[in-house]
Amino acid sequence: MKYLSKRHRAVARPLLLLLALVAIGLGYSMVVPQYSSAESEKSQQVEEGRALYTVTCASCHGLNAEGTSQAPSLIGVGAASVDFQMGTGRMPAARPEAQIPARPVIYTQTQIEAVAAYVASLGSGVAIPAPAQYSTEGLSAEQIAAGGAKFRANCSACHGIIGGGGALPNGKYAPSLYKTSDVHVWEAMRTGPQQMPVFSKEVLNDQDAREIIGFLNQAHQQANYGGLGIGMAGPVSEGFWAFIIGIGGLALIATWIAKKGARAR
Amino acid sequence: MSKADLPVKDPDLGQPVPNPGLEEHIERWTDANQAAGNRTYAAVVGMLAAVPILAISFVVIYFAVPKELIIDFGLLKASAQNVGFGLTGGLAAMLIGLAAIQWSRALMGDVESVEYRHRAASSEADRAAVAQQFREGVEQSAVGRRKLLLGAMGGAVGISLVPAVVLLADMGPWPTKRMREETIEKTIWAEGVAILNDETWRKIKPSDLEIGQLVNAEPETLRKLHGADYQREKAKAALILVRMDPASIKIPESRKDWQVGGILAYSKICTHVGCPISLWERQTHHLLCPCHQSTFDLADSGVVVFGPAGRSLPQLPIKVNQEGYLVAQGDFTVPVGPSYFERDSSKDFRKGDQ
Repeated sequence: MKYLSKRHRAVARPLLLLLALVAIGLGYSMVVPQYSSAESEKSQQVEEGRALYTVTCASCHGLNAEGTSQAPSLIGVGAASVDFQMGTGRMPAARPEAQIPARPVIYTQTQIEAVAAYVASLGSGVAIPAPAQYSTEGLSAEQIAAGGAKFRANCSACHGIIGGGGALPNGKYAPSLYKTSDVHVWEAMRTGPQQMPVFSKEVLNDQDAREIIGFLNQAHQQANYGGLGIGMAGPVSEGFWAFIIGIGGLALIATWIAKKGARAR
Repeated sequence: MSKADLPVKDPDLGQPVPNPGLEEHIERWTDANQAAGNRTYAAVVGMLAAVPILAISFVVIYFAVPKELIIDFGLLKASAQNVGFGLTGGLAAMLIGLAAIQWSRALMGDVESVEYRHRAASSEADRAAVAQQFREGVEQSAVGRRKLLLGAMGGAVGISLVPAVVLLADMGPWPTKRMREETIEKTIWAEGVAILNDETWRKIKPSDLEIGQLVNAEPETLRKLHGADYQREKAKAALILVRMDPASIKIPESRKDWQVGGILAYSKICTHVGCPISLWERQTHHLLCPCHQSTFDLADSGVVVFGPAGRSLPQLPIKVNQEGYLVAQGDFTVPVGPSYFERDSSKDFRKGDQ
């Protein structure tokens, strides 16, 4: 350091020391394992989920999600299953019955995702899908038509030709899909809630699922040109209206005409 | 029946009930009051005069209102054209009906009249005349003397029906035993035919199926067929694959090699009247037919647990080929679909069979 003046030398030493400290600090931080903020958020979410699980789910599914005589084990069902069951209001169930119906959702999406994260931490299962897996954006008319063919081959037996729903034995039913959101259709296919069979991504891949959802949205957007649908239940409800309201109404009018006398006294 | 047996009779006339006579005639408003009559007359004519206006409006709406136009009533949406047709056409039909009723009740003649009942049979003289005419006709036609004429004519007309009967009988294949074996008792499933997912036409590996999964499937060889052949074979070969936990289902000794790790294949055609069925409940393992509610237990070789079906659902023996895909071991061991008179049902699976 000959080229530096005496006064400068006095400043350079502490500067060099500072530089060395920073270099050591940086080197240490690179060697030591990292706990990113995302991971600590994740474990915090699982903790929140566990707390919610304990108060809302554990009474039926068991304290460690091992299942009881009242409800199945949740180990390995995956986050998608929780997101479907809680996101459609089916869980927590009000009471044991033939089929747990969809009800208004009482938990926020954040809470649902926390429980889902906790259940997912118990065993691997289907994860909550990314929007690209179920989004119907960019589907062509041909792809939507192909989705219709796949829906008719796989889903229409229970859910009806355009997803109006249908009856099953002993008080069970395939629900209407008119108000089911895209992500919930995807999750139901992958997880098979209640009596519904599973449709795995190996057999019907995400593209197939997108096409099926695209078909449902297209079918449900179409205006009903016929006016009143009368439950869309076909000839039974239509016949009921024709006989009770139609012919019944004509009989009442005929009686009224006959009673309203034309005679002068 | 003699009139003496009847409980009520008019002794004066020997009739079962007294003659009630005619009701007292009460004039109608429209007859009693000239102004009321004129008003009704004007109303009927007015209703009928509105019909041409409505009919023309109907035609105008047909051409002028765009087909795509929708009226949103809030609770329901309806095509503007349909609403227009209903209002104009329906109102026109109703006005014609109301006018006709009002005309007949208030304006047509209002006189009670008596119509006497007579015997339905013609008089003796008429009947004798007709019988005489018939006898003369027979006499003229000469069949009385030359008796073969009638028989020859009958025979000729009768035999001329034979070609028609033969043509009708030959409209389809004659259902002999051999023909049945070649058609309704056989499907295109055969040894090594790959099982394809319906509509995506992709091959299936056992690892693709989770427990509780249902796959609607068709044979790979179906892809080569077209037109009527395609439809005919698809209708018989349609298949459902289900995967169940092998520990929780009954697999009889004779069928233990028919499945791959709990993946079982069944015909999709109901044995009652042949509806396609895939309403499968993953928890009960029951398969429900939507047509008549026949229910099959796929966890017990497809036996009937409810409904009108008489026979178990045929199961297809499957295996894994060298590439790892699911394939058939051969054809179904029994004919698929509904029953027919000549069907040999001795090989069908019955509950409790091993």
